[in-house]
Amino acid sequence: MHGPGDFELSRRGVLIGGAASVAATAAPVAEAAPEQAGSAGAGTPVMAKVGFKVNGKPHALELDTRTTLLDALREHLLLGGTKKGCDHGQCGACTVIVDGRRINSCLSLAVMHEGDSITTVEGLGTPEKLHPMQAAFVKHDGYQCGYCTPGQICSAVAVLDEIRAGIPSHVTGDIAGKPAMSADEIRERMSGNICRCGAYSNIIEAIGEVAARRKA
Amino acid sequence: MKFDKPAGTNPIDQLKVVGKPTPRIDGPLKTSGTAPYAYEQRDTPNAAYGYILGSAIAKGRITGMALGDAKAAPGVLAIVTAENAGKLGKGNFNTAKLLGGPDIEHYHQAIALVVAESFEQARAAASLIRVDYARDKGSFDLAAAKASAPLAKENGAETKVGDFAGAFAAAPVQLDATYTTPDHAHAMMEPHASIAAWNGDQLDLWTSNQMIAWSVADMAKTLGMPKEKIRMRSPFVGGGFGGKLFIRADVLLAALGAKAANRAVKVALPRPFIFNNTTHRPATIQRIRLGATRDGKLTAIGHESWSGDLPNGGPEGATAQTKLLYAGANRMTGLHLAVLDLPEGNAMRAPGEAPGLMALEVAMDELAEKLGIDPVDLRVINDTQVDPENPSRPYSQRQLNACLKIGADKFGWAKRARPGKVRDGRWLVGMGVAAAFRNNLVMKSAARVRLNAQGVVTVETDMTDIGTGTYTIVAQTAAEMLGVPLDKVVVKLGDSSFPVSAGSGGQWGANSATAGVYAACAKLREAVAQKLGVNSADAVFAGGKVKSGKRAVPLGEAAKNGEIVAEDAMEYGDLTKKYQQSTFGAHFVEVGVDAATAEIRIRRMLAVCAAGRILNPVSARSQVIGAMTMGAGAALMEELAVDKRFGFFVNHDLAGYEVPVHADMPHQEVIFLDETDPMSSPMKAKGVGELGICGVGAAVANAIYNATGVRVRDYPVTLDKLLEGMPEYA
Repeated sequence: MHGPGDFELSRRGVLIGGAASVAATAAPVAEAAPEQAGSAGAGTPVMAKVGFKVNGKPHALELDTRTTLLDALREHLLLGGTKKGCDHGQCGACTVIVDGRRINSCLSLAVMHEGDSITTVEGLGTPEKLHPMQAAFVKHDGYQCGYCTPGQICSAVAVLDEIRAGIPSHVTGDIAGKPAMSADEIRERMSGNICRCGAYSNIIEAIGEVAARRKA
Repeated sequence: MKFDKPAGTNPIDQLKVVGKPTPRIDGPLKTSGTAPYAYEQRDTPNAAYGYILGSAIAKGRITGMALGDAKAAPGVLAIVTAENAGKLGKGNFNTAKLLGGPDIEHYHQAIALVVAESFEQARAAASLIRVDYARDKGSFDLAAAKASAPLAKENGAETKVGDFAGAFAAAPVQLDATYTTPDHAHAMMEPHASIAAWNGDQLDLWTSNQMIAWSVADMAKTLGMPKEKIRMRSPFVGGGFGGKLFIRADVLLAALGAKAANRAVKVALPRPFIFNNTTHRPATIQRIRLGATRDGKLTAIGHESWSGDLPNGGPEGATAQTKLLYAGANRMTGLHLAVLDLPEGNAMRAPGEAPGLMALEVAMDELAEKLGIDPVDLRVINDTQVDPENPSRPYSQRQLNACLKIGADKFGWAKRARPGKVRDGRWLVGMGVAAAFRNNLVMKSAARVRLNAQGVVTVETDMTDIGTGTYTIVAQTAAEMLGVPLDKVVVKLGDSSFPVSAGSGGQWGANSATAGVYAACAKLREAVAQKLGVNSADAVFAGGKVKSGKRAVPLGEAAKNGEIVAEDAMEYGDLTKKYQQSTFGAHFVEVGVDAATAEIRIRRMLAVCAAGRILNPVSARSQVIGAMTMGAGAALMEELAVDKRFGFFVNHDLAGYEVPVHADMPHQEVIFLDETDPMSSPMKAKGVGELGICGVGAAVANAIYNATGVRVRDYPVTLDKLLEGMPEYA
């Protein structure tokens, strides 16, 4: 990279600097051996077939195996409701429900989902016929820019199911007991879904309303 | 329409729609995932994918770029670099070039775009580009650069009234303290993203941008083409906070990539790239000196701030509020600007006031303690109803004291005890207060309204909705003006083929953009009256009808022979010069600090705001609680960590750059004072979107002090800074 004497920096120094960055982008300091790097990207993409259901509808896709479930939904099935906020499992905007459990779809390759049943925000409701959670978000203004919203809503729907199923969280007092349908439990479980607009207070009210209705 | 006299009574004052709590009209789209953000529009189904490569050095030059492997990689259609992109200009609003090379101005400055058939192919190929650099020594350390940082060149960088030095020296009670705020990231949830498509010499852009007209002009300037040939659309913006005021690398490189590949191209900035590639709120070092009489009257107010930016950049205006907030005969402010080779500093939500109040309002808390005066009372004592630097200019409205008193009452401020004295189980509990202050800016804004035979009103303006609730308040304004229900109004935003609006920034959007809609609707009322043969002065627009005397005609009747279209802009005279127009608030915060570990938890938050007419209490409240949340982040966790050797922000993703999450935020309360400001616009409204972040960080810090007795002047206030001084554990 840097010619000798070009700058008073050791190769080790560069590596320390690079390693200090939390998540390197795709083109980091070019320390990889060129032949390795060449083979990694120069070959023909490996394609694979995968079949899964999205919002009840079966899909058969042939995808580059590097395609995440998130990109399969957004770029191949044109379901843009599932959002890409970080592509690193750090923000929750890409949350979808797979076989009843919420996951970050950016952290999962599409080809891993053979036979799975996937629910996205579009599968919960439509503008004309909103899911109760979607309607509660509108009522309580549980969003602002709307970009994290599909992930918040998918998470919220799954969180209520998790609490009802007795799955404990970090704030559950007695992990052998039944977790409470409380604001603290909901806040804890929703904390993987970042809302930079800061609608949290309203989101908790929206989820709380749906939770109370379902309890009754 | 010109607004140069205080607003009298007008149709907005009916408040049949405006001012009513109204759920967002775009809510069903946003909550069902069907609102199309930039990367999701489907007008270009054959779009190829672009992936950006960023510089691995902060300063220096590229000595060689080997593109061969990348070009040969499967699916690659084109590679754009500064060498093959042709001559590029630089936008008026950009400090560093959006496509770097051979010279590099900052870390992760874009240096190449790889365009390929798929995202995966573009990303893989980008990793095959080999770059050789010659690294130059850069300046990355604000504290080290402070001593030699000159006054900034901006107007108002230095202000002096009376004899500050003499008055401060003579003051019986003095405070002289230095505070630091770190670099902050906007970290909006939607990454900067764009799609570009050329049709001959016409460029179509779908992007995520707060200011359409600014950005069309800057694209034209950068590409050296007429702006009339560019159409930019940004109907939904997934957050901006100032980070999307300007064009960034995504939109420029999408345009260049589309030209090179002869295909539509879509580009999103990868999250770990955003923090160093785009702009941030610059760090500050602030020295505040306050002199007061023993009964709490400020006699000397001095505020100096140091920040850094790239060459030809600007300062963080952290002294702005200090010129205006409190009375005091002897005053000085100074803004110093160092040259730093870190990524570009620029506007982030309430630029200036947000970090400025984080310092000033802690200083007021410290002074209150020295004086033995309640911090609420100290602020009340030093109220001013005129611009203290120019006392012939009164405030148009200033209800800061009411905000403080109402807030103190509602929050239970009277229960606040001396520092470190309140214990609730393992928690030390404290309360803090701070004033919120942010100027009300007004901007020329235009709109077009169409009326069809069905009585449907369509509003078109290039105004944007960045989460602020623009769609809804624009619809409320048109509905009020034309006497129709909300569901008879269609709002179209964020398209450069629409009239130029104020855009979203500086909390001017709500008041300015709706005032533009008011102007267009006033013109439409004239046209409708003329068409129906009634006198516009006594025509009443209500219930979907136009009434004049005993006659009542459905509004749509006027358009039965064809759509009626009216377009106008609201422009402003000198009322902002004659009157100081600002927005005010008081933040109250209660925290718990773990007596053993010093873990900090926010328990309660209240903001009381005086910001003119509140157009939609639902979305206005959300703006304020959201800003309070961002301010809580600034107080407790947000900090871009600078690598001072290599010159970049180390924690450049959402795991390393911590922002508040659900578990960090309690239920929040907001009270809006019932207020109208006729000096502001016919809407009599002002902004709230930035007011909410102003002061809240200081209120959190002051609450932590009240809980623990430990004063931290170096944000964020984290537990490691408290531990040493914590009260003896009992």
